[in-house]
Amino acid sequence: MTDAARAEAEAVLSAPPRTLWRDVWRQFRRHRGAMAGAVIFIAIGLLVTLGPQLHDIDPTAPNFRARNLGPTWAHPLGTDNIGRDSFAQLLHGGRVSLAVGLSAMTLSILLGTLIGILAGYFRRLDGPLMRLTDLFLALPLLPLLLVVIMLFRDPLRTAFGPETGIFLLIVFVIGITSWMQTARIVRGEVLALREREFVLAARSIGTRQHRILIRHILPNVVSPIMVAATLGIASAIITESALSFLGLGFPPDFPTWGRLIYDNKDFIQSAPERVLWPGLALALTVLSVNFMGDGLRDALDPRGRGR
Amino acid sequence: MAEPAAATAPAGALLRIEGLTKHFPVVAGLLRRQVGVISAVDGLSFEIMRGETLGLVGESGCGKSTAGRTILRLYEPTAGRVLFEGTDITALSGEALRRMRPRMQMIFQDPQACLNPRMTVGSIIAEPLDEQARMSAAEKRARVQELLEAVGLNPAFANRYPHEFSGGQRQRIGIARAIALNPAFIVCDEPIAALDVSIQAQVVNLLEDLQERFGLTYLFISHDLSMVRHIADRVAVMYLGKAVELGPREAIYRAPLHPYTRALLSAVPIPDPKVERTRSRIILKGDVPSPANPPTGCRFRTRCPIAERRCAEEVPAWRAMGGGRWVACHLAG
Repeated sequence: MTDAARAEAEAVLSAPPRTLWRDVWRQFRRHRGAMAGAVIFIAIGLLVTLGPQLHDIDPTAPNFRARNLGPTWAHPLGTDNIGRDSFAQLLHGGRVSLAVGLSAMTLSILLGTLIGILAGYFRRLDGPLMRLTDLFLALPLLPLLLVVIMLFRDPLRTAFGPETGIFLLIVFVIGITSWMQTARIVRGEVLALREREFVLAARSIGTRQHRILIRHILPNVVSPIMVAATLGIASAIITESALSFLGLGFPPDFPTWGRLIYDNKDFIQSAPERVLWPGLALALTVLSVNFMGDGLRDALDPRGRGR
Repeated sequence: MAEPAAATAPAGALLRIEGLTKHFPVVAGLLRRQVGVISAVDGLSFEIMRGETLGLVGESGCGKSTAGRTILRLYEPTAGRVLFEGTDITALSGEALRRMRPRMQMIFQDPQACLNPRMTVGSIIAEPLDEQARMSAAEKRARVQELLEAVGLNPAFANRYPHEFSGGQRQRIGIARAIALNPAFIVCDEPIAALDVSIQAQVVNLLEDLQERFGLTYLFISHDLSMVRHIADRVAVMYLGKAVELGPREAIYRAPLHPYTRALLSAVPIPDPKVERTRSRIILKGDVPSPANPPTGCRFRTRCPIAERRCAEEVPAWRAMGGGRWVACHLAG
């Protein structure tokens, strides 16, 4: 070995071990779709969080002297049939839709992953947990949602205030009714992983059960979880819209993207842009999240990571 | 590395296996009721001496791997005992078993499947240290590099992932993990079966080197009779879940006692064309019976060229034949 080579080898040996997250970030940045998705998602996020400060028109205030306006400087996206500013509604609606989507997805992924892993790994829990999953899949969701919301809307409103109360209720209801697919997919993967030799090797080392789950099982089911999560955001936003439409979600004057689409669908002939903008925002959000999920999944798999 | 044992270690049995049995339940129907058992391993009894290599041979499906895994208690035995240095490990549970784990390790057949694809080689080899040893991060890193060197890999590889290595290198990683805790006993479950012939010799030589350096005891499971002849001190032959013959390597290869061993050995090609031409093969007829429904009496009788009526009625006893040889056949000796 030459001196230079030896010095290089020394450097390699003393370098700290590669950390997972730095590797993931490096790979993520190489994924063009994921980076585009991330940029769009962050832009939408900034727009809906900071936008209302700049464009400070109350989205719920009607203005009968400015009804059905086209785009003007004061109202960049025009106004609706009772003179509410469409752009302000879009920004405020985005806040709620994004918050509902992200938190409901998180809840459903957590539940689904937990139940899927427990059912797949522990043979004794498999039967009961999977029957529970079947039970939830078989429940007629809409009547169930009706009953849950009827029962808990008023207590939650008095406890947390009208908006926070209904927000918590909707997130909970969507989360609790959408974890089943994730649980099934995760269980299937875990069943296969459990029999792999590296899990056996971990057991022969004396690794404790929970460490095997965290170190060997969980990282290897990340891909299907990622896919379920990105799809979950989209379906949570859409479910929230459907609930609002049925009068079960947020109050009528409280804008969300889904609500805007439903409120304005009657004017789709005369003013299609009122449906188009929230629809576009929804589609862009879902698309950008899907791309991010795709990139993240690839970046988390060391086999795909280029050197 | 610690403990240059071998020479100083007292001779004698490191491991004593008594009537080890592993049945897998067969369940069927809506209520998942048990309708039968697969007797994968049935009444295995032998000793493994300190510092030796015991070869365990048999055709595929005969229960070799199940035996190896049951001995390490990766599977719960149905019956029987495994005494490791006098401790019955089939009776241990939870924490007590966990404390025994570092003493006995395993090397797996498939070097691809036995390494977690999402962990770096360094963290794979460090896992036993994380679990069983109290070491600082720097000590662990030093130990991982030491282990990588011991198995002939570049210590700088610690930061790479398993998929970046060849089959032989991955097997070395598996070996490094197995020896990380200075075990006394290693079950090698067909460690070379998945490897290229040119790599097989390297890995076997590595195993022999490590045995010498650290005084390891091996249970070497294989279906490669010539490799077993090369590495093993004693050889046990299994057929359909039962041991049929056990003895010192030379004695078994020179004069096998059991008709199954004779048939098995007659199938080994001889690397000399002259002798090879005169080699007479004993061709067994039929297939291995199902372990879910093994034959009565001697399990080999359905294919045995010399079977008698007695063989169908009586299960042959596992008898000592002198000279450290054991056989389970009515007609032997």
